[in-house]
Amino acid sequence: MPAASTLNLRHALLDSLFAGLIALVVFGPIVGVVLDGYRFNLQPQRVAWIVGTVMLGRLLLSLFLQTATGRTWMQRFEGSGAGVHVLAPGHRSRLRWVIPLVLLAALVFPFLASKYLLTVVILGLIYVLLGLGLNIVVGLAGLLDLGYVAFYAIGAYGLALGYEYLGLGFWSVLPLAALLAALAGALLGFPVLRMHGDYLAIVTLGFGEIIRLVLNNWLSFTGGPNGMPVPAPTLLGLEFGRRAKEGGVPIHELLGIAYDPNLKFVFIYAVLLLTVLLVLHVKTRLTRMPIGRAWEALREDEIACRALGLNHVLVKLSAFMLGASTAGLAGVFFASYQGFVNPSSFTFFESALILAIVVLGGMGSTVGVVLAAFVLTVAPELLRSFADYRVLLFGMLMVLMMIWRPRGLIRISRRGFAPRPGVAP
Amino acid sequence: MSVPLLEFRDVDLHYGPVQALRQVSLQVAEGETVCLIGANGAGKSSLLMSIFGQPRVSAGQILLRGEDITGKSAHHVAASGVAQSPEGRRVFPDMSVEENLLMGTITIGDRHADEDLRRMFELFPRLLERRNQRAMTLSGGEQQMLAIARALMSRPKLLLLDEPSLGLAPLVVRQIFQILRELAAGGMTLFLVEQNANHALKLSDRGYVLVNGEIRLSGTGAELLGNAEVRSAYLGGH
Repeated sequence: MPAASTLNLRHALLDSLFAGLIALVVFGPIVGVVLDGYRFNLQPQRVAWIVGTVMLGRLLLSLFLQTATGRTWMQRFEGSGAGVHVLAPGHRSRLRWVIPLVLLAALVFPFLASKYLLTVVILGLIYVLLGLGLNIVVGLAGLLDLGYVAFYAIGAYGLALGYEYLGLGFWSVLPLAALLAALAGALLGFPVLRMHGDYLAIVTLGFGEIIRLVLNNWLSFTGGPNGMPVPAPTLLGLEFGRRAKEGGVPIHELLGIAYDPNLKFVFIYAVLLLTVLLVLHVKTRLTRMPIGRAWEALREDEIACRALGLNHVLVKLSAFMLGASTAGLAGVFFASYQGFVNPSSFTFFESALILAIVVLGGMGSTVGVVLAAFVLTVAPELLRSFADYRVLLFGMLMVLMMIWRPRGLIRISRRGFAPRPGVAP
Repeated sequence: MSVPLLEFRDVDLHYGPVQALRQVSLQVAEGETVCLIGANGAGKSSLLMSIFGQPRVSAGQILLRGEDITGKSAHHVAASGVAQSPEGRRVFPDMSVEENLLMGTITIGDRHADEDLRRMFELFPRLLERRNQRAMTLSGGEQQMLAIARALMSRPKLLLLDEPSLGLAPLVVRQIFQILRELAAGGMTLFLVEQNANHALKLSDRGYVLVNGEIRLSGTGAELLGNAEVRSAYLGGH
């Protein structure tokens, strides 16, 4: 088929007309009618501009997609939704170059970065933890959890309340919070074992709200909306403040250097980085183990799993608990990074953001989740000067993703099996 | 007679107010191939699934080697040596063929995985060709083979098959039944539920006919094939 001669102008014009109609419906009432007190002014020329731009753009796009280059583009987009692909058995990932480089950058980073950049990256890493945790529940086990932020809150308030009432510090709460969140995960997991899809989503959504409302309204215990202070982290009795508050020694005095308010954040960054690496390691191991395969099998076909004698109670609960404990860890880091917790940090919007990280990153893909966590937390910080348009950008990003990468930034890929010695010819 | 491998004793099964099985009693002896035939909605699949406790029976007993397994959970039953190739195959679509097979080892762990994989690839050479493909990309017949092979990976004593001929071309059905014949000749105990009465009865030592949740007839495969009632109802009258 000759490429250039088959430009179908009529088709392109129809496309453009249709797009213009949609633009008119969408923008007409929003842009064209401007409220002025109790009256409103019609502004048809603004609508005309927008609709005109959309129509012209669609016409050009339509014509472009009919050319040879355009067609190859289209094919690329259509092919990208084909799902999981199995890697060749001997495949060696490019990651083996990327990972050492990223590690090196992460090591050098705190010495070069400003305090602001450091806090932004700490926030990014916290969301990496959250994304990795939710990825087990949603991405691997396929259990849609809309109340994930509850476990995050449990971790954060675990530190605040543990300090207030039991005198516990950062290090003792870190494992305790993971344990506590895992218990809460089991508590939520039991009643929802029989639920799927929409029903599960609603129940978990409710759970998330319950935790937040309890924190918000139990004034005598949690301080309600006023929040609670959180102690600064310490390292073997060394403190990062200018003066010792907890009876320890300020670290800058011990080392004989000038006081630097960044030190606290460098410390949090270092511990957080180690935790993220540990979680990443555990997670990649788990996905290669039978339990990881069982999670994925459960996502793909629960009935088949039961037919194979898989204990689905154990598998679902383990997914819930592991996911929750990761969020608990993230909560502790968040609390000590902020130095303060209050319930407004744990709204449904947070759950939605974490879910967006998992979905945008590519369900089940570890690398994708790490990338998406940074994109969705660091990008808004960098785009602060466009603060008014942040949500608009977010929406556009989502739409583009759904067109080009319907399976997420990084598609999950399966390792092919090499013929093992002794297995068949 | 020794204790049968699988036995149903006066089993009733209800879905709410609807009774799916009435007073069903049947036996499968070790090494035997037994089929259960019946029309749509006769309760065949319910009977098969009730072995795994899904749904639970409302009265009667299900015994495995004389041990009562009524109401035991699915993983318990699977761990006692029962495997099934479920209705509609239900392979894991996004997993590769080999991963699907490895999922079959859940109940026994992967100690024998390498050896069993080799056995499966000998039995189903087609799966060897496809081993690194996603199960979704297999044809219906290949998926059925995969489902059977996956069930065999747990080294079962009793293999349950729910309509292995469902939605397959006649030629492929013949292939599948040929493989089942080889399995039976190798000493495997098979209990299969089928609508394709002709193939099923030819394969089986004995058969049961289920009508509206009741066992209407039973006999050897050859007897049932010759039975006028069976011929008119399930074999198209010729």
